[in-house]
Amino acid sequence: MSRTVYDYPKGGKYGRYGGRFVPETLMPALEELEEAYLRFKDDPEFKKKLKYYLERFAGRPTPLYYAANLTEKFGGPKIYLKREDLAHGGAHKINNTIGQALLAKSMGKTRVIAETGAGQHGVATAMACAALGLKAEIYMGAEDMKRQRLNVFRMRLLGAEVHPVESGSRTLKDAINEALRDWVTNVQTTYYLIGSVVGPHPYPMIVRDFQSVIGFETREQILAQEGRLPDAIVACVGGGSNAIGIFYPFIEDEDVELYGVEAAGEGLHSGKHAASLCAGSEGVFHGMLSYVLQDENGQILTTQSISAGLDYPGVGPEHSFLKSIGRVKYDAVTDGEALEAFLELSRLEGIIPALEPCHALAYAKKLARGMSKDEILVVNLSGRGDKDVEVVANRLGVKI
Amino acid sequence: MSISERFQELKKQNEGALIAYVTGGDPSPKYTPKIVEALVKGGVDIVEIGIPFSDPIADGPVIQASDVRALNAGTTPNTVLNIVREVKKTSEIPIVLLTYYNIIFRKGVGRFLEDASKSGVDGIIVADLPVEEAEEYKENAEKNGIDTIFLASPSTSSSRLEKILRMTSGFLYLISVFGVTGIREHVSQITIQTLKRLRHYTVNRIPLAVGFGISKPEHVKSIISYGADGAIVGSAFVKLIEEKYGDLTNILEALTSYAKSLKAATRQEYSQAELS
Repeated sequence: MSRTVYDYPKGGKYGRYGGRFVPETLMPALEELEEAYLRFKDDPEFKKKLKYYLERFAGRPTPLYYAANLTEKFGGPKIYLKREDLAHGGAHKINNTIGQALLAKSMGKTRVIAETGAGQHGVATAMACAALGLKAEIYMGAEDMKRQRLNVFRMRLLGAEVHPVESGSRTLKDAINEALRDWVTNVQTTYYLIGSVVGPHPYPMIVRDFQSVIGFETREQILAQEGRLPDAIVACVGGGSNAIGIFYPFIEDEDVELYGVEAAGEGLHSGKHAASLCAGSEGVFHGMLSYVLQDENGQILTTQSISAGLDYPGVGPEHSFLKSIGRVKYDAVTDGEALEAFLELSRLEGIIPALEPCHALAYAKKLARGMSKDEILVVNLSGRGDKDVEVVANRLGVKI
Repeated sequence: MSISERFQELKKQNEGALIAYVTGGDPSPKYTPKIVEALVKGGVDIVEIGIPFSDPIADGPVIQASDVRALNAGTTPNTVLNIVREVKKTSEIPIVLLTYYNIIFRKGVGRFLEDASKSGVDGIIVADLPVEEAEEYKENAEKNGIDTIFLASPSTSSSRLEKILRMTSGFLYLISVFGVTGIREHVSQITIQTLKRLRHYTVNRIPLAVGFGISKPEHVKSIISYGADGAIVGSAFVKLIEEKYGDLTNILEALTSYAKSLKAATRQEYSQAELS
């Protein structure tokens, strides 16, 4: 099947979105990265290594699981879960970090920096770097470090250095700012390993390509199990990497409906949410033109969500493009709805999901009401919920 | 007076330009016109006024903190344009805005440049807008008679520099080091090397000014002697404002006297470039 439409975005543009809005010092580094990526991505030796680490280290392929109890409860289509929670580290993040760490190594870079919000990307970066013998330094908002102490300790166990970020709202967006400042300073020796399909070109493309393993596997698995493609796929969207990962191989299958679900926090009208596509506007932030949450003067707003992994005021430019052409429908669910889905999946299926994909699960439940029993719905279960049990217990007023 | 007229005038006097940066609205919008006046009194040749942005990725801690102070004081892009208008009522000093692209994009590129022009802005520097993304901006800036000051860095190749120079007017801003804005102890070797390398392409074509880490009179003296047409000092001035926060008279006196010491360093009889 041909994927020529925007397989390789020219000038890094998805429609009018994307691009490269960075300080001049970084431009040559982005050009070097793009050139290296294009050189290595089809290189048999590189592909062999990537396959090896994805299978033997990260545990791929992850199963596509028929959730019989959830299907019965929803009373609509057959529900399948793409089990990214079973990937090494407990989330889809490892697909990207293994790929980019291999790329960094191939480029001869010895120092890797990354940002992290909830800590999942930081942990996945630390794992990949430990396995490949690279030095990892992770920027994390001081506020997030408090909320996610366990992940801070995991990163340190894996040999990474964690730098607290005290500027701004002291969360993910500030961690990215600080990582960019580090990169400007150390660009000659350092590889910046971005964790989502955001940032300046070629990052949104590179991360998409490494994450699209989710969608390619799903496609193969559903054809093997059901003999046909699904009717709908649902994934949560923060920066948007797990969503692009599962959507991308289905973009040209027009009969497969695609749904991206953002974090509505306390509600889209409360002002306390993280739904850039549903409630934001076009802006230029973190090197890309995309949808962002901003005020009338262009200042970036702080966000709120029960799920730290969705707590980001921007979104990948390819999502903005897919929204603009109507290929993906974007909606948002609240903290409360996500929490309900968390409890439901735990009890019904024996799977404790991360709060991020709970947004997708909550939306799938609504979607299922309008679908028939002979239809198929796939939910990308992008991570497991061990990291979230403390947050959930607090919400429920339970002391553990 | 336009930016290039100012450079021509200085060249005749065998002086380099002293370009001072302060963040608009820091510590409060009503202070900024007086701050600019104090800088001009100290001999500053061109003033850069920053429009504060929530996420200034090219800036170090000193200017980040000034952005926070300015935003907390209620500074908006329009506030800064009004500051420029106020300054221009009584002064001929060329004014350059420095900001991040989202501030311009959000208002609408055409509208922003039109408003800036009406306020008396002479030039604009956008910290995160490389030439590849700048077509609409350049077009509107030209239409409104505003200079587009682009940046080059130690990592800029000569072929890239050509692209940048084609889009640049007023002066070329050379980022002196790998890094973000901030006070530094010495002028690094890489600054001198880059300056020597790039000057070759700018001489007799467009003035070249060096910024990032230029904070002391000896830094100014050094880069001018190696052929820079101007020195850009930001964090050192902003730091003075921070240290004397709340005491306006003290801030103004400190700025004037520091500017005087920097300006003196732009005047020299023979330059290294001429000697070598």
